[in-house]
Amino acid sequence: MKILVAVKRVIDYNVKIRVKADHSDVDLTNVKMAMNPFCEIAVEEAVRLKEQGVATEVVAVSIGPKSAQEQLRTALALGADRAIHIETDERVESLAVAKLLKKVIDEEQPQLTILGKQAIDTDNNQTGQMLAALTGLPQGTFASKLEIPDDKLQITREIDGGLQRLELSLPAIVTTDLRLNEPRYAKLPDIMKAKKKPLDTKSPADLGVEVASKVSLLKVETPAERKGGIKVGSVDELVDKLKNEAKVL
Amino acid sequence: MSLLVLADHHDGHLDDATASVIAAARQIAEHAGGDIDVLIAGDDVGRVAEAAAKLDGVTRVRVADNAVYGHQLAEPLADLLVSLADDYAYVLTSASTNGKNVLPRLAALKDVSQLSEVMGVDSADTFKRPIYAGNAIATVQSSDDLKVMTIRTTAFDGVGQGNDAAIEAIDTVVDNSLSRFVDEELAKSERPELGGAKVVVSGGRGMGNGENFKLLEGIADKLGAALGASRAAVDAGFVPNDYQVGQTGKIVAPELYIAVGISGAIQHLAGMKDSKVIVAINKDEDAPIFQVADYGLVGDLFEILPELEQKL
Repeated sequence: MKILVAVKRVIDYNVKIRVKADHSDVDLTNVKMAMNPFCEIAVEEAVRLKEQGVATEVVAVSIGPKSAQEQLRTALALGADRAIHIETDERVESLAVAKLLKKVIDEEQPQLTILGKQAIDTDNNQTGQMLAALTGLPQGTFASKLEIPDDKLQITREIDGGLQRLELSLPAIVTTDLRLNEPRYAKLPDIMKAKKKPLDTKSPADLGVEVASKVSLLKVETPAERKGGIKVGSVDELVDKLKNEAKVL
Repeated sequence: MSLLVLADHHDGHLDDATASVIAAARQIAEHAGGDIDVLIAGDDVGRVAEAAAKLDGVTRVRVADNAVYGHQLAEPLADLLVSLADDYAYVLTSASTNGKNVLPRLAALKDVSQLSEVMGVDSADTFKRPIYAGNAIATVQSSDDLKVMTIRTTAFDGVGQGNDAAIEAIDTVVDNSLSRFVDEELAKSERPELGGAKVVVSGGRGMGNGENFKLLEGIADKLGAALGASRAAVDAGFVPNDYQVGQTGKIVAPELYIAVGISGAIQHLAGMKDSKVIVAINKDEDAPIFQVADYGLVGDLFEILPELEQKL
C-alpha cells in the first residue's frame, strides 16, 4: 500500500519564543526551525510499515514557504520515497491545509495517511480530523499503536483515562501521539541520497484551493508572568508557608 | 442564534468539564444572545441528561440515545452534530480527547474553521487561545457563520446546579460503517480526576522508578490530591500516559501543584503554569521549575518526601 505522510516546518521545540514588539505575531526571524515532533513520529511509522513490507511507497507532503523543502528532505533522508511541496508564503490554517491534503489524496490515492496529532506552534490539533471529514474517511486520532493485519486498521488511541482500541476500514487517516514510536535520526549517507530523491512542487492555485481563512489573528501577547517565588530551607518551613501564607493546606 | 454544548460523559456520569463549557457559553451569550442547549449523545444516557438539566444556564437538554453513539466515535458523532448544527451559531465542547477528536470533523463538514482550547471570550466573535505551548496568547476573530470551538475548561469556573431544564429526545440515528469500537483499558484510580483536582502532586524523571511513586501516593492521599507526571516519567514507564501533565498531556490549574523531581521543560510548564500555588522539590537548584515555583525546596526528594508526608 501507499502511505502519505504530512509534515510541517515549525520552530524547534527547544527554542524559547519571543512575541514581536508590535504584538502582530511570534518573532520567527533567525530562529531554528525543524520538523514538528509529531510529524517525525508520523514519518517514522510510515517508514517502519515499509520496512515490515506493509507499505510499498511512502510519500511525504508539506505546505509552506520554500524553506519547508528542508523538512521534506529530512523526511526523504528518514526513508520516504518521494516528496510533494505545496509552496505558499501565506499563513495557512488547518482547514485550508486539510483541503490541500485532500487534493493530494485524490491524486495519490494512498491507503493510509499519517499526520501528527498537533503542530507545536498553533497547537490546533485539527488537520487530521478535518482531512478525514473532507475525504469521508475514518479517523484514528492520538494513535499509540497501529496494526494492519488484513484490509483493516487496528489502532490503539490515547484517550483521557486510558487507552481505546478501534478497528477502521481502509483507506483511513491516522494522527500520531508521542508514544507511537521513537523516531530515528537521519544518517549522513541517507541525507546525501535524499538530495537525489524526487521532490515535486505545486501551488495551492494548481490544486484549486483558496487558502484565505475566515479567522484573523488580531494580536499575540506574552502570557502574564508568574511573580518570582522564594526558596525555603526546610520541610517545616514549606508546610508553614503553605498553611499560613498561601493558605492552600 | 443559539449555542450548542456537546457534553462530556463517561460510565453514565456527566463530567465536570461540561459545567465549565457552559460557563464559557454563558459568556458568549452575554455578547451574542441566544439559548444554551446541551447535547448528550451516547448509549443509555438518561442519568447524564438529568444531571445536565440541573446545570445553571441550560435552556434545553437534547438527548441522542443510541448504541451508534456509544463510544463517542468521531464519525457518527460528527454526522449527528452536522444534522443539528443549522439551528446554532456556536457549537462548543471541552478540549478533552473526545472534543478534540470530534469537533474538527464537524467544522470541516460545515466548511468552517475551529478555534481550539479557547481560554477567554472578548466578544461574540473574538476569543483568546494559547499558542506555542502556552508561551503566547493569541486573540483571534472568526467571521464564520458557525463558530466551532473547544474550551480550555481550566480557564472557566463551572456553573452551579440550580436548574431544571427541559429534556427532549432526538431520534436522529446515523450509520457508521467506517469505525468500530473494539475495547478500552481505563486506568483505575480512587483519587480525584487529574483535570479537576484541587491539589496535584506530580513526579518526574527524578523519581527514579515507578516504585518510588509510592512516596507521592502517601502525600497525595493526605492532601486528597490527584497524581500527575512529566512526560519523562511516562516515557520511562514509571506511570501510565494518562498521568501526563503538559502540552501533549492534560492541562491542569489546581489550587496547589507540587512538582517533584521535575526539571520544568517548556512542554511541562504549558500544562500547569496556571496553577494558583506551585511548589517545586528538586535537587538541582538551577532547574527551570524554580522560576515558576512560588515555593522551592532544594534537596533530595527521597529524604524530603517521607518528612513531608509525616508533617502534613
